[in-house]
Amino acid sequence: MLKRNPSNEPLFWSLFSAGGTITALLMPVLIVMLGFVLAAGVISEEQLVDVFEHKAFRAALVIVVSLAFFHWAHRFRFTLGELGLRRFDRPIALLCYGAALVGTGYAFAVVIVDWS
Amino acid sequence: MRRPYYPKMKATWWLQRRPYTLFMLRELSAVFVAGYALLLLVLGIKVYKGGDTLAAYLDFLDTPGMLALHAIIFIFAVLHTVTWFNSFAKAVPIWRGEERLAPWKVTLPNYVALLVLSALVALLFLV
Amino acid sequence: MTGETIALEVTRYRPGEDEEPTWQQYEVPFHRDWVVLDALNYVKDQVDGTLSFRWSCRMGVCGSCGMMINGVPKLSCAAFLRDYTPGPIKVEPLANFPVERDLVIVLDDFMAKLQAVQPWLIREEERPLDEGAYRQTPAQLARYKQFSMCINCMLCYAACPVYGNEKEFVGPAALALAHRYNLDSRDQGRDRRAWVVASDEGIWDCTFVGECSAVCPKDVDPAGAIQQLKLSSAVSWYKSFLLPFGGGPEKAS
Repeated sequence: MLKRNPSNEPLFWSLFSAGGTITALLMPVLIVMLGFVLAAGVISEEQLVDVFEHKAFRAALVIVVSLAFFHWAHRFRFTLGELGLRRFDRPIALLCYGAALVGTGYAFAVVIVDWS
Repeated sequence: MRRPYYPKMKATWWLQRRPYTLFMLRELSAVFVAGYALLLLVLGIKVYKGGDTLAAYLDFLDTPGMLALHAIIFIFAVLHTVTWFNSFAKAVPIWRGEERLAPWKVTLPNYVALLVLSALVALLFLV
Repeated sequence: MTGETIALEVTRYRPGEDEEPTWQQYEVPFHRDWVVLDALNYVKDQVDGTLSFRWSCRMGVCGSCGMMINGVPKLSCAAFLRDYTPGPIKVEPLANFPVERDLVIVLDDFMAKLQAVQPWLIREEERPLDEGAYRQTPAQLARYKQFSMCINCMLCYAACPVYGNEKEFVGPAALALAHRYNLDSRDQGRDRRAWVVASDEGIWDCTFVGECSAVCPKDVDPAGAIQQLKLSSAVSWYKSFLLPFGGGPEKAS
């Protein structure tokens, strides 16, 4: 029996997939509500603050944001490859996933640590 | 003697046929989706600071530039949602005996989930 | 209809003479029931015997007459002139492959990849002959049948920008065929194929452009096969951490 598939891509691919799924489900409505509806003044400031004060909402926010970053990192890495930069895949991968990791850390710091 | 010609792929290959261009736009959607994730973080920080900072940011959201940016992001987000859901049926075949379930039947639950979740999120901010 | 003609713009490459491919235009009779391959054969027989191209069955089974027709990979035996009026029709060798001569490509790389995924039934232990054949239900057959229709025409490789950019990529047809055997109820070779299939140059290189499936003349859907392989391989990858005593890696033979 095979102990492990000879590639570590499954880790990045599953982060990419999780991010793809969660953003496909949630981003359109978030953009509408927190972009257009909020700008139009339909949501009151108190209401907005109330929602953000919820720990569960902020935890969900960090998860969505982080997975969106990893989704981007994976896609963008391969897109650069397809534009002819394939031979720089290693450094590109490091930069992309590194950026997603930093973004996740930052989101965690401002939305969870600072806020509590 | 063999002397094959090795063709090179142009960096502009994705402009040469429509399916490739659509593919590239689909890949590009990730930039906008992640870009909106950044905007969500910014909003979170403004809400945390509250008061005048938040009020100023809410006014800023209502400027034509920000609304246009949101419109572009929204179009790419929808492109992402549609292409993601449609690829789901290819990745997850569902079998009933000798028959494979029609792709639209596999895709449909995704759109149902989208509607339900969208309604829940909308209610969260409106009620 | 008599006397009507249509122009073909055909890639010429004569190794040793040409540094790179050039275009040559031929005027051929237009018949509603002619395909591009008929037109090429007309050129070969009546106009210019030096034009080289591969073909055999003329009925979409042998998979040897694949060419780029107006920039899209097609079997030239299935591309009717009437769908390309008024012309000219651009006929090029399959994209992403080295060109041997004119419309003939070098297919060594594809052949090596086909073999690398071990597209045959692998058994841990062969059953003795007197125990009879491996039996299979129609439902078990249905699982992989679509992926077994491949005729190795390589149109999917010509449509795949990932392969165009990175020749190490195992590619659509070979991965679809690996999936065909992985899905076969009689097969036990999934883990052995994984060393090629689930490697960096295997399924994980694919970005799901999807054009391989769009151009396939047999509706094999390599793009779908690869996504399914990604899902099952990712599950195996995570399982391998949960089952630390699952045994050592088996070397591909």
